[in-house]
Amino acid sequence: MPEKSRERILRRISSALGDRRNLPSVPAPLQTPPLSREEKIEQLKTRMTAMRSEVHVVPKGDRDALWTDRLKTIVVEKGLKQMLYAPGTPVGDAVAAAWAAGDAGLPVLEPYDAPVETFKEALFSMDAGITATMGGIADTGALILWPDENEPRLMSLVPEVHIAVLDADRIYESFSEAMEKCVWADGMPTNALLISGPSKTADIELVLAFGVHGPKELVVLILT
Amino acid sequence: MRQYPPKPEKVYFFGTCLIDMAYPEAGMAAIHLIQREGVEVVFPHEQSCCGQPAYNSGFPEEARRVAEKQLEIFSKPYPIVVPSGSCAGMMRHHYPRLFAKDPGLSRVKAFSERIFELTEFLVHVLHIQLEDRGEPVTVTWHSSCHAAREMGVIEDSKSLIRQLGNVKLVTLENEHQCCGFGGTFAVKQPEISEAMVTDKIDDIRKTGAAEVLGGDCGCLMNITGAMSYRRIPITGRHIAEFIWERIHD
Amino acid sequence: MTETQFDFQANIRKALANRQLRSNLSFAMGSMTAKRKAIFSDAAAFEALRAQGNAIRRRALLQLPELLERLEKKCIENGMSVHWAETTDEANRIVLGILRDHHARRLVKGKSMVSEEMHLNRFLADHGVESLETDLGEFIIQLDGETPSHIIVPAIHKNKQEIARTFHEKIPNTPYTEAVEELNAIARKTLRRKFYEGEVGLSGVNMAVAETGTLCLVENEGNGRMCTTVPPVHIAVMGLEKVVEKLSDVPPLLRLLTGSATGQLITTYVNMISGPRKPDEKDGPREIHLILLDNGRSRILSDEQLRQTLQCIRCGTCLNHCPVYTRIGGHAYGFIYPGPIGEILTPQMEGLDKAGGIPTASTLCNACEEVCPVKIPIPDLIRRLRNESYDPNGSVPGHGFKRTFAEAAVWKAWALVNRHRGLNALVTKMAPVLSPILPRLGPLEAWTRGRIRPRFSQKSLHERVREKGIKDA
Repeated sequence: MPEKSRERILRRISSALGDRRNLPSVPAPLQTPPLSREEKIEQLKTRMTAMRSEVHVVPKGDRDALWTDRLKTIVVEKGLKQMLYAPGTPVGDAVAAAWAAGDAGLPVLEPYDAPVETFKEALFSMDAGITATMGGIADTGALILWPDENEPRLMSLVPEVHIAVLDADRIYESFSEAMEKCVWADGMPTNALLISGPSKTADIELVLAFGVHGPKELVVLILT
Repeated sequence: MRQYPPKPEKVYFFGTCLIDMAYPEAGMAAIHLIQREGVEVVFPHEQSCCGQPAYNSGFPEEARRVAEKQLEIFSKPYPIVVPSGSCAGMMRHHYPRLFAKDPGLSRVKAFSERIFELTEFLVHVLHIQLEDRGEPVTVTWHSSCHAAREMGVIEDSKSLIRQLGNVKLVTLENEHQCCGFGGTFAVKQPEISEAMVTDKIDDIRKTGAAEVLGGDCGCLMNITGAMSYRRIPITGRHIAEFIWERIHD
Repeated sequence: MTETQFDFQANIRKALANRQLRSNLSFAMGSMTAKRKAIFSDAAAFEALRAQGNAIRRRALLQLPELLERLEKKCIENGMSVHWAETTDEANRIVLGILRDHHARRLVKGKSMVSEEMHLNRFLADHGVESLETDLGEFIIQLDGETPSHIIVPAIHKNKQEIARTFHEKIPNTPYTEAVEELNAIARKTLRRKFYEGEVGLSGVNMAVAETGTLCLVENEGNGRMCTTVPPVHIAVMGLEKVVEKLSDVPPLLRLLTGSATGQLITTYVNMISGPRKPDEKDGPREIHLILLDNGRSRILSDEQLRQTLQCIRCGTCLNHCPVYTRIGGHAYGFIYPGPIGEILTPQMEGLDKAGGIPTASTLCNACEEVCPVKIPIPDLIRRLRNESYDPNGSVPGHGFKRTFAEAAVWKAWALVNRHRGLNALVTKMAPVLSPILPRLGPLEAWTRGRIRPRFSQKSLHERVREKGIKDA
């Protein structure tokens, strides 16, 4: 039966439109002056902070002040117990190496290395998850995530705190720019996400409340 | 932005059916304001209604027939001044739609180009300067929907009030919200209309103004009718009448 | 609220009499309009953006058959299944079929207006499937057995006291609390378990990209991601007009959607789904089913003017700015889509004979048109539907249902009077004489319930002008 409906619907909409169709052209967006690297970092930070994200700007390659040291301070301060990470990814491996060096009070690292079906109970009890990002969007203040086999989708959704690591060189001015520069149209992943803050709702009297279904906190480490 | 013509020698005046029947003083005041600037006013006696009541009620054919009559009467190339944002909006923006499939569409478009809302015309074409001779008074302003959203002339109207030295203009909290008139809406949906006008009146009372001014007699009829019913001692008048009273000898 | 017993005027009276509702709505709409205004404070930028949005949507509709076929092809290439439904009943049966294939008895749902249009929950309940709303607002109204009163904020008609009472009464072992944070925590705790156990997840679609076979979902809570990621099966239901041509169409539409809907630059989550879990991936649904629903849309498409209705991206901002919606709320409209968009959409979907009263509830104040992010000329379409209500030769189902000899005669007479000066003068002359002695009947009766009747002038403008010697030509 579905075949029949399909044909009928397509026939109806084709005849509804007829043959003479003048397609309007899409006007170009207004041009805005380009932003410097620093301006993009600043804009992203301002916008995401306004949406209740916790943003830390950390030098990337400083041997005396590794970003993972800052990460340790943050997770210890938050008193996190277990942290989900993605082994085999640059961020996951850096975290694992830093954790191997030891330190008091660090959350236990839990790898997301099995299908969700066998891992669900552990997953739903995690209090943090750390992921990399594909990039950031300055004008709206959002992170781009392309979850994959190493870094699954639920890492950024189920734990109470989501920690995201962003390379400052991959902050784009706009979503459009990110799409163009990374040629998204050539091949989309099974799931692409923009994340602009912790989960929130305003469904009760428009009062903004955080952490309704997804993470209650979003921590962003921008590596410069 | 609309391009305005230089000051003409003559203009047509379209009085609107509501002013004709219920608010002729507003119409006369508007005519006096134009004449004061040395422009001759022509008032074709065959004129009637812009057609909006039928148009908005679902009777475009009847609206078209009445509109045709106006097109016929206001035939010379003078500007047509209309003391109502709503009627002006109808004649300027909706006539071309009413006659979209008509062979005479270009004539209709030329007619629509000649339509000016009164305060817009006073400000941009006549560059009128007002000298206030009245007593100090506090007023508020109701923006009618079509003056605001079809004609875009609210700032023109308010700039005229601001020219009057003894008049204090207090802004309504929801200045741009509909008063609930909506032509036949007020009779088809009287309960919603009343809820809307009640809120409008509450806003007006909060300003402490002695008078509410407007550029559309439909809204004013609705608002003052509801205020009188509640015995609220705030008057309401068309802006032309208010200005004329304060400036003429 | 069964459609067959729809009595718009009774609904309106009931809503207007509810002071709590009036106050909840007035507060909420004021807040939402202010937030939107702040986000689109640059008028030139907004105009440029909505010109883009309008062109994108019009282009998509004009290429609808090609885009739908392309979307279907791409989605199938991406590993999804695509189903076509002509009616809501057919769509419901497709959903049920998928559930039965998986022996599933529990469905977790993200927010979807199309699923409301389908009355999916009721249908599934009748077939022994538990369908649970997980968006907080939808969850609240589902507990109360209600339907959404707003496209974006479904429980906007309720205040926190009412919600506190609902939670206390309907969720076991829940103490009464009015603290919004605590109410959220209760919902989080209750629903987490449901996501965990969910066998099938269902969502709507904000837009679908034909170029890449991508379904875009926009949300703040994360429940939409839960429903589309945790359960092994994801069903997406979509009105067939929601397709867009290219991926590059998404950013401008997204900006218009979130800015108009909630005054946000972007929502917390933008979820772009282009396929089920790959063999080596560890999570995500193993199956994705996209259901394309017609339900009258193809008919709406056939009229060049009315087609503009389908440009809608369901942002709900026309509701927030509508002086009528703000007074009566969404339930009064009697069908799923309320406010200005509902005024034009509902009668076209349901037929004017069933829902033709709704277009009378507009003052044509143009507030909706002014804010519409894709420039739908809603007031023009309301006028058109009013016309269709009287037009025996119209094209919308149920057209001409209102045509009575009396109403038609009144307007014929009106046109006659306004084309002949002599008649017009006579009527103008009679008005002040007749008005005070006319019985308080019909239109005047309604008018004078809250207002004094207009006073007609003893001397018309025509007469005064003549007295002043103002020239006729």
